[in-house]
Amino acid sequence: MKTIPEIEAQFIDDFNQLENWEEKYDYLIELGDSLPEMPAELKTADNLVKGCQSSVWFATRCEDGRLFIEADSDSLIIKGIVAILVQLLSGQPSSDIAHADLTMFETLGLWRHLSSQRSNGVTAMMAHLKQSAATCQIN
Amino acid sequence: MTKSISSARADFPILNQLVNDHPLVYLDNAATAQKPRSVIDSLVHYYEFDNANIHRGNHTLAIRATEAHEAARSTIAGFINAQYAHEIVFTRGTTESINLVAYSFGEAFVKAGDEIIVTELEHHSNYVPWFLLCKRKGATFRVVPFDQDGELDLEVFKSMLSEKTRLVAVNHVSNSLGTVNPISEIIQLAHQAGVPVLVDAAQSVQHLDHDVQALDADFYAFSGHKIYGPTGVGVLYGKEKWLEEMPPFLSGGEMIENVTCDKVTFNTLPFKFEAGTPDVSGPIGLAAAIDYLIQFDPAELKDYETDLLNYGLELLSDIPDLTIYGNPKHRSSILPFNVAGIQHYDMGVLLDNYGIAVRTGQHCTQPVMDALGITGTVRASLALYNTREDIDALVNGIKRVQRLFRRKS
Ligand SMILES: Cc1ncc(COP(=O)(O)O)c(C=O)c1O
Repeated sequence: MKTIPEIEAQFIDDFNQLENWEEKYDYLIELGDSLPEMPAELKTADNLVKGCQSSVWFATRCEDGRLFIEADSDSLIIKGIVAILVQLLSGQPSSDIAHADLTMFETLGLWRHLSSQRSNGVTAMMAHLKQSAATCQIN
Repeated sequence: MTKSISSARADFPILNQLVNDHPLVYLDNAATAQKPRSVIDSLVHYYEFDNANIHRGNHTLAIRATEAHEAARSTIAGFINAQYAHEIVFTRGTTESINLVAYSFGEAFVKAGDEIIVTELEHHSNYVPWFLLCKRKGATFRVVPFDQDGELDLEVFKSMLSEKTRLVAVNHVSNSLGTVNPISEIIQLAHQAGVPVLVDAAQSVQHLDHDVQALDADFYAFSGHKIYGPTGVGVLYGKEKWLEEMPPFLSGGEMIENVTCDKVTFNTLPFKFEAGTPDVSGPIGLAAAIDYLIQFDPAELKDYETDLLNYGLELLSDIPDLTIYGNPKHRSSILPFNVAGIQHYDMGVLLDNYGIAVRTGQHCTQPVMDALGITGTVRASLALYNTREDIDALVNGIKRVQRLFRRKS
């Protein structure tokens, strides 16, 4: 399995090949579409990320020190972001997630609203996932 | 000579810029309005020439700063036709004005078993302070609902008024639907029951009638930043008789007359409610904003803004799959909508790429969104410098976003 920085570099490459913001959003929404459907019963209050303008759910499952993530959002843009996070992080060792320092959102200069805002921020989502990672240990 | 509305746009330097390679279309005026050059200049002038602490200095700058600050109070009193300038208390904004009343009026007049009436159309700032006051005092918090059109149910309101009611808190214009509430009628009904009324004028003072004596409002709150003035300054108007009877909100310097070890006496109005060094320049900028606004003929301005709103409503309602929320008899400057299949957040983010600034989400009115059964709306809101071209740009933007999403489904 590729590491988080390797996958991130691939995403940066992919997005940089797209010409304009419309194409980038197109791709982002496509990524969201490819996200496996999250069962409705996992969309609980506990799994809802607090402080987001749109609803974002993360359900995590720990298997031998690796964190597996299911996720969804009612916003297609956020769903795309969430899909990127799932591709980056799901199945990774929880210690890698706990120490992950994602830079692609800044590097790409896209979705400034996501990094600058308290609400809906990648920061809030990452904090939520890092919390789950912290309690996920190798058996 | 009144100023022509078509000349307004050029007075707002910020509007003349590209955002994401598109000319800025600023339609988030209900959140905050932009400032004309004269307001910006008044602030710069203050800091370049007059800055000093006020009310207690004897040097020339202190006197100039005090005079400018107090002249601003008079300008604002005149603008809303308060009987006395000392009925104008400067605050940080509508939120603080309402909190001041909820605290001080609450301390003086509200006890267990009493009732406070608000409405389901309130901004959280005119809802939560009353909710908390009721919790603190063991009073009952009552909420007047609104109907499908976004109109308050006055029959329910009438039935709620009783000898237990201590205060009614209601907005003149709803910030999420734009409903213009029948504020005079509400005040009359409340007064017939002997109940004072606080008017949240955050969304009305810049657009509609704002004569507190004609309305007979007991309290009237608004924010400088939504009426083309600076952020950080707000106004609380209160009838003298209420303000006299209310204890201070914050305490410290400025609000005190005499302090000894065992006794403190308070300063006169309005200083009793203005503890500490105030925002000296804020009111000066706000007065400049009012001086700017009153150059326009009020009737002409109202017609212009109504016409622009109706133009927006008409064009938006022609867009397939677009829902406009509320259908009140009178609406002011607010266009709340959603497009099927496109979340409000996504719409806002994508419109921004075309240089169009709108607000999305709940607009601090969760009870309104809950009643409508939605998670939020896109809200375009208008100011006097907006034009039909801005509405056209919004409509085009929405259609482009629709095309972008249609390709996906
Ligand atoms: C109706 C209404 N009341 C109160 C407020 C709060 O104003 P401020 O944030 O300036 O205190 C707002 C601002 O959004 C509003 O629209």
